[in-house]
Amino acid sequence: MTVSIMKAAEAALAPSGAKLLRFRVPDLGSAKSRLLQALAAAATRLLPPLIMLALGLAVWEIACMKPGATLPGPSRIWADARDLIVDPFFNLGPQDIGLGWRVLKSLERVSVGYGIASVAGILIGALIGQSVWAMRGLDPIFQILRTVPPLAWLPISLAAFRDSQPSAIFVIFITAVWPIIINTAVGIRNIPQDYRNVALVLRLNHFEFFWKIMIPSAAPYIFTGLRIGIGLSWLAIVAAEMLTGGVGVGFFIWDAWNSSRLSDIVVALAYIGVVGFVLDRVVAAIATVVTRGTAAN
Amino acid sequence: MAPHLKIDHVDKLFARGSVVTDVLSDITLTITKGEFVSIIGHSGCGKSTLLNIVAGLVQSTKGGVLLEGTEVNSPGPDRAVVFQNHSLLPWLTVYGNVRLAVDKVFAGAKSRAERHDWTMHKLALVQMAHAKDKRPAEISGGMKQRVGLARALAMEPKVLLLDEPFGALDALTRAHLQDSVMALHQKLGNTVLMITHDVDEAVLLSDRIVMMTNGPAARIGEVLEVPLARPRNRLELATNPTYLGCRKRVLEFLYERHRFVEAA
Repeated sequence: MTVSIMKAAEAALAPSGAKLLRFRVPDLGSAKSRLLQALAAAATRLLPPLIMLALGLAVWEIACMKPGATLPGPSRIWADARDLIVDPFFNLGPQDIGLGWRVLKSLERVSVGYGIASVAGILIGALIGQSVWAMRGLDPIFQILRTVPPLAWLPISLAAFRDSQPSAIFVIFITAVWPIIINTAVGIRNIPQDYRNVALVLRLNHFEFFWKIMIPSAAPYIFTGLRIGIGLSWLAIVAAEMLTGGVGVGFFIWDAWNSSRLSDIVVALAYIGVVGFVLDRVVAAIATVVTRGTAAN
Repeated sequence: MAPHLKIDHVDKLFARGSVVTDVLSDITLTITKGEFVSIIGHSGCGKSTLLNIVAGLVQSTKGGVLLEGTEVNSPGPDRAVVFQNHSLLPWLTVYGNVRLAVDKVFAGAKSRAERHDWTMHKLALVQMAHAKDKRPAEISGGMKQRVGLARALAMEPKVLLLDEPFGALDALTRAHLQDSVMALHQKLGNTVLMITHDVDEAVLLSDRIVMMTNGPAARIGEVLEVPLARPRNRLELATNPTYLGCRKRVLEFLYERHRFVEAA
């Protein structure tokens, strides 16, 4: 939702910026003016968030200035956690490593859990979308299970796997799989009868139908599910790691809390936010490439 | 000549809950090889259902369809359909859409290079070779139908089924496509079964016109031979007494004896 609002804001800002530029530099050479135009376009996109960020940091700094403030202000964080901010990939021993390494470790768990969830979600979603009986049997159960919060699964999975690593992966899987299943099923149910008729006349077998009709036709829906899934995975991994320990950005936060390193926590939050944003954009970019030309007519 | 396609005493009932609707009643029609037959009737008379039964997409309640003496009751490429709304797969290019059919139908019979040539040849037949790398969303409605036609022809069907193929097109594009279909029929000698609600189209293209009564329980009201020599030219036919006579017969059937009554 926020993404679409941001996009709308960008769209609204872009034309006015372009107009401004044409007005100011009418007589420059075309290469030069194109460069300026590109710079202006970049500026219209980057400047507003940067200004807001600076304002936010200033307000934050002022709010935390008085003595006895419970939370550190930006200048304090910079002083406390400079090493974490400037170098994500230092390595000074088993528990003293840069946040980049921890994020990578968390991403590794997410990629396994999310990878399994994607494959399983698409296959189960295809089954539910294709078969009325599978839908009648499974859909109510899934609708109940999907509302269970991710962490509620953790004790059960710890009991089943008796190890923190597979448990964390299972939590990712079970968190991400529902939106993928449900969106895939909706996408498959919405395959136009025309495409099914084409498949029937051509006598495509189940395998060919799955790859040549189902997946491309339902791709926009599937990617909606995948995008929601990656967001939820990233939400769940931090919480799961806080409880399971080991190397990872979630455990880092918990560890920092236990040793009262509040500045470190704030830096970790910034890392988590940026990585979550990048993950979302990566899936969205893949979706744009893969679903190119899928929109009917 | 021996019957190529025989629709044999076909009845179709649609049951929705306890309500049973009688759509088609005792349809019998024999088509010889190379013949162009049109089925005309008001909307809702079940002509599309009849075509779908021949295609195998819908099962008849009673009776059956024989193709070269063998009963057919499931869809297959021997009865290729050109759908009313083109039904091209939007994620494939024009070439990809035809190639999908070619790859499936001639999987074992032709080599890769032969399948490519075959695809290009069919696209050339409908004058769409120039747009082979375009996607369906990038070409006009008439062009989409041409590609749909190429895809159907590429399957080398024993019967080509056209389901109101020009219904969604403007009059000029429609005329252009009708001429193309006539030329292709002349050249390839396909057996064609076409659904239409356009009287001029039916007379211009067909060897025989099958006129259907209004539903429910629609049946074949009359079958009209069109004794016009081929190749036909729409301009010359405009004043041809035989053409005008046939046209009048169909119009009389549709608008006097079986006028469309709006169901309340």
